[in-house]
Amino acid sequence: MWHNLAQLPRYRGLVQSLVARELKARYRGSVLGFFWSFVNPLLLLTIYTFVFNTILPNANQDTRPYSVFMFCGLLPWTWFSSSLLEATGSLISGGTLIKKVLFPAEVLPIVSVLANMVHFLLGLVILAAFMIGTHHYPDLIDLPWFPVVVLVQLVFTAGLALMLSALAVHFRDIRDLLANLLTFWFFATPIIYSYLMPEVQRLYWLFRLNPFYHFVVSYQELLFFYGPFGHLRWLGPLAAASVLVFLAGYWIFDRLRDSFAEAV
Amino acid sequence: MSPAATASVRQAPAIELAHVSKVYRRYGGRHFATLKSALLSGSLIRDLRPEETFQALRDVSFTVAPGQTLGVIGRNGSGKSTALKLVAGITKATSGSVAVRGRVSALIELGAGFHPEISGRENVFINGIMLGLTKREIQRRFDEIVEFAELREFIDAPVKTYSSGMYMRLGFSVAIHVDPDVLLVDEVLAVGDEGFTHKCLDKFGEFKRRGKTILLVTHSLGLVERFCDDAIWLDAGVKRAEGDPKRVVGAYITDVERQEERFLAASDARTTHDAAAPAAADGPLPAETGAADMAQATEGRWGSGGVTIGSVSLLGADGQATHLFHTGEPFTAHFNVHADRPVTDFVFGIGLFSADGVCVYGTNTDVEEYAAESLQGDAEVSLSIDALDLVEGTYKLDVAVHRRDGAPYDYHRFLYTFRVKSRLKDVGIYRPKHRWTFTGGARLKPKP
Repeated sequence: MWHNLAQLPRYRGLVQSLVARELKARYRGSVLGFFWSFVNPLLLLTIYTFVFNTILPNANQDTRPYSVFMFCGLLPWTWFSSSLLEATGSLISGGTLIKKVLFPAEVLPIVSVLANMVHFLLGLVILAAFMIGTHHYPDLIDLPWFPVVVLVQLVFTAGLALMLSALAVHFRDIRDLLANLLTFWFFATPIIYSYLMPEVQRLYWLFRLNPFYHFVVSYQELLFFYGPFGHLRWLGPLAAASVLVFLAGYWIFDRLRDSFAEAV
Repeated sequence: MSPAATASVRQAPAIELAHVSKVYRRYGGRHFATLKSALLSGSLIRDLRPEETFQALRDVSFTVAPGQTLGVIGRNGSGKSTALKLVAGITKATSGSVAVRGRVSALIELGAGFHPEISGRENVFINGIMLGLTKREIQRRFDEIVEFAELREFIDAPVKTYSSGMYMRLGFSVAIHVDPDVLLVDEVLAVGDEGFTHKCLDKFGEFKRRGKTILLVTHSLGLVERFCDDAIWLDAGVKRAEGDPKRVVGAYITDVERQEERFLAASDARTTHDAAAPAAADGPLPAETGAADMAQATEGRWGSGGVTIGSVSLLGADGQATHLFHTGEPFTAHFNVHADRPVTDFVFGIGLFSADGVCVYGTNTDVEEYAAESLQGDAEVSLSIDALDLVEGTYKLDVAVHRRDGAPYDYHRFLYTFRVKSRLKDVGIYRPKHRWTFTGGARLKPKP
């Protein structure tokens, strides 16, 4: 396992070109092309703004402007969930590569995660535009922590992606299970509601078991709420847990590796 | 080890398989129930044990010295492609060791990993990187790759608009320009048109001259004979023969023929059994309808009875029953007849047909001006042809005994099958004895 893991950096050229291909291929043939990466979150954000300002005005003063608040949690969540969904099918859809070409299989789920990360980063541009539009700016002092949180989430997501993609080769049910599980997970994480709500605080002991709770709260504290980055003390344990998840995921992947060419 | 390999410089072999076995595991229909139970008992990894196994290779060893070309032949499912995948490192051997020295490029599936939506140009880069080239290396070879694939004007079109031939050509071109030390080829020459196939062969020849090692898996035996320094023959995962390509190919062909003979004999036994069954059941042979119609192309047996044809056998040059003949060899059709009571009006007939039902030759004792005198009890009839001048293919045989007016006693249509083999791939049905003559400026000499 360690030997294979050490090989990983050697594939960066391959990963790079595959991510680029993924992004190019996705919008090839559409008129707006790459702009869809901006347009998608922009439209989404516009809809949420309309719904929660006009139709269901949010009484909670903490989360105003609500669209910006919600986007701080929704963007990383979208990155996370679409990465996992895509990665889970990545080995199966990349079957010819695994069967017919000497190809490092772990590249495929990692490419899924990275391609979605690019969309996440582009979404941040839209978020920034909305922040300017609503005159709601994050604290610049804590902002350097932002890339650290992104990096930790990358490690965490990659670990799960490796694990799920490998298991999905043998258990095809995982793809459907995952889609449902992610819906549940989404609502169990304070993305569309605030973690400051008393109901959430009362169940804090339960919420804190959810790793994504910590990611979302970190993003919200960094990008939305004023005041110091209080959740910083959780970042260390979160990073450690993410590294463990990655190693566990890679271990499972590595154990199952030899069966891919035959079972895909 | 073959003489060619030992004669080469004492270098470490480029490819070395030692006592390699490969067991494929069939991960059978695993469903939610097993996932659930696997999760519950916490034994996800342990439960991924295979349910069935299939041994694709059994204790196979061979080596290829640097610069040599080894041909691998064998039937479908004999383990050829598995051997190639082991050398390529795509799958791992279950036991034994596989060692390959140098950069490997495998032409197993051409264009695997091409993305249909993006252009040929971008795919060349990504495919090249997948095969282990760097971006700069691809840049340097890009023109050459496109030139070889003959896709200059289409290179910027998305790959999904390519014809399958264009797709294969591009895939082939990228793979071959990886400039490997060891090239693995799995039956890819079947793609592309004649011209491209020649180009590929030229390219392989160039590889050979530059001292590269080639492992060639193919059904094209001629290619193995012409092109390879060595050959091995795999049969059901076991190495059956190894060494000089001509000898290995010969041994393989003999075995294939033997197998075909067994198959034809079995199918003969089946059809004659089926056809004879109703006749035995209701005494006289069934209806005379359409009996005399030679053009009726359905197999079967009919006639009025009275005279019946017993066993029919085809005899080869050595007088032994066989179903395989070589072009130009003697051929004898032999059959027993039995007359329940003496008859004086009878004609023996034989017809040869090609597999698609074209009459190659038909004759009977009447048209050949034999006057029937009497037939009683048991008799044996045979028709001998000194030289069976037919081209390669499968042929059917009619055997009949009938009255002079055509009303059959017993008519066997298409019940007997035989194959004609030929070293030459000439076409048509009949191969008249012939020779070529060249005069003037035309100079030809027979190939070795």
